[in-house]
Amino acid sequence: MTTGSTYQAVTANRLRDGVTVYFTALGAWSTAIGDAAHAEDATDLLAAAAAQPLEAVGAYVIAVEKADRGLRPVGLREQIRAFGPTV
Amino acid sequence: MYRYDEFDRRFLEERVAQYRGQVARRLNGQLTEEEFRPLRLRNGLYLQLHAYMLRVSIPYGTLSAEQVRMLAHVARKYDRGYGHFTTRQNIQYNWIKLDETPDLLADLATVEMHGIQTSGNCIRNITSDPFAGVAIDEIEDPRPYCEIIRQWSTLHPEFSWLPRKFKIAVSAALQDRAAVHVHDIGLYLKRSEAGEVGFEVLVGGGLGRTPIVGKVLRDFIPVRHLLSYLEAILRVYNAYGRRDNIYKARIKILVQALGVEKMRDAVEAEWAAMDHTPLDLAEETVAAIVRQFAPPAYAAAGADDEAALAASVEADADFARWVRHNVFPHKQPGYAVVTISLKPLGRPPGDASAEQLDLIADLSETHGFSEVRVTHEQNLVLPDVRRGDLAALYRALAAAGLGASNIGLASDIIACPGLDYCSLANARSIPVAERLGEHLAAREEEIGPMKIKISGCINACGHHHVGHIGILGVDKNGEEFYQITVGGSADENAAIGGIVGKAVPSEGVNGAVDKLLDVYMRLREDGEELPATYRRVGAEPFKEAVYGAV
Ligand code: SF4
Repeated sequence: MTTGSTYQAVTANRLRDGVTVYFTALGAWSTAIGDAAHAEDATDLLAAAAAQPLEAVGAYVIAVEKADRGLRPVGLREQIRAFGPTV
Repeated sequence: MYRYDEFDRRFLEERVAQYRGQVARRLNGQLTEEEFRPLRLRNGLYLQLHAYMLRVSIPYGTLSAEQVRMLAHVARKYDRGYGHFTTRQNIQYNWIKLDETPDLLADLATVEMHGIQTSGNCIRNITSDPFAGVAIDEIEDPRPYCEIIRQWSTLHPEFSWLPRKFKIAVSAALQDRAAVHVHDIGLYLKRSEAGEVGFEVLVGGGLGRTPIVGKVLRDFIPVRHLLSYLEAILRVYNAYGRRDNIYKARIKILVQALGVEKMRDAVEAEWAAMDHTPLDLAEETVAAIVRQFAPPAYAAAGADDEAALAASVEADADFARWVRHNVFPHKQPGYAVVTISLKPLGRPPGDASAEQLDLIADLSETHGFSEVRVTHEQNLVLPDVRRGDLAALYRALAAAGLGASNIGLASDIIACPGLDYCSLANARSIPVAERLGEHLAAREEEIGPMKIKISGCINACGHHHVGHIGILGVDKNGEEFYQITVGGSADENAAIGGIVGKAVPSEGVNGAVDKLLDVYMRLREDGEELPATYRRVGAEPFKEAVYGAV
């Protein structure tokens, strides 16, 4: 179940192993989407993330929503990135 | 099998050392991602949804037992215990870590393997008939010619930055098991009336956004001139292929724009103006490579082999079914070609675990001459099995989950990795294939030969355009839909399937395919496969079955 409001967060792949990561409020990268910093407009988050090119590759903004158990990406592609292959 | 010489080995070692330095410089920030990306891609390393993906080249789909064991080792040590065989006869690993790739490539190099030219706008892995050298309908073993083309195209300085990637396939049999018509260049080995060996040359085939069946550029080019003629084609493409639009950059678009006659004129003019001497293949050169593929020391057929085989078939219905579908005639009496299905029901097509790969390597030694082949339909082949050993082989395979008896049937589905792994995907392929295979399995023998092919986006790695039934994943406002085509074929009568109608939602795929199959089974004439029925009756009955009166 979701509350209906969508936010923006910043995701990328970790440089050394390619794992999906999310930019956190502390300015670091986390593999857990629950740790993602989210805002109505993630432009500033993206700029902060892009300033750390050694940690992660190809940062971009995604839509997320609040679900029962924390944040959840909107859209199948990002859900698969967040939670793994469906097979 | 072809063995590397000292030059090849040294080259690979140097290449790994060079790559190790590049990775170190990327990890310490000396190289930006923009600078590093083309370097990793040149070694077969992509970045996908969850991890890096390494594509390892398997030239013309031929592997030694030692190489198969290395693929198992890589799966176990660097991945999550499995690999995925592709429609280019290569293997991909989905869970690779960048910082481990130098060691991984060093391990691969110990068995003469690498990921070079599995990405980038260069000449990619040369593909061929997985039954090469053992097929009963073959004029000659095509692999020596594949090897010659591989050596010529590897790091060819003039063709390392083509307008777009370039794929060459070679077949030497009456039945095309290499999808030759849908390659940038397709070569059919032929013998002239005078008995000279050469090739019919097709050009401009391909799938993707603009699917086109290749056209004959030249009826016959003698082996001697093979490389100079290929070089002339590549030069014309390199000079005139479009570089302004990635979607129009493949040679098929150039051939379409010029027309095949003008393309032929341009190639012939280039060829006439070239100095052929450096590329002409001397008879001794060809003979030396042919010798590397000399047939193994086959034994005479055992006196009781056929009786024992017949008794096993009689006694075991599962084995009998496997023999019906997975065992093919061999040119040597007493031997059979066995296709090991990597399409067990409900599992991702084309995947093999490390344990399965180790077992297959062992079986290639006990039941063959240490050789394994990869098919473009994502299965593996043991090319030299004694007919008297088939029952024992089947039992060993079945015990390891490799006993699926479905080669060429409806559950032998080609599927690309799709949205579960691939960053370019629009929709998932694997779950669709798993569900459809399970759904059709009960009646697949009644359906008969059936090629179902699924791609997760228009790049068509799953060859959907040339499936008897093709399924293409599309994204409609964030929802997965599947566009269905019918009547395609990748064999010597290659054809692009026709779109049946508007895309169906994921849960509608099985039902739509059922309806298409019902029409085919109702309208087919004796022995007719779906593409022939489609050609004869047209698209309307199929469209009507799925979408009602049209
Ligand atoms: S067809 Fe598309 S989704 Fe499938 S592997 Fe190729 S690029 Fe990825």
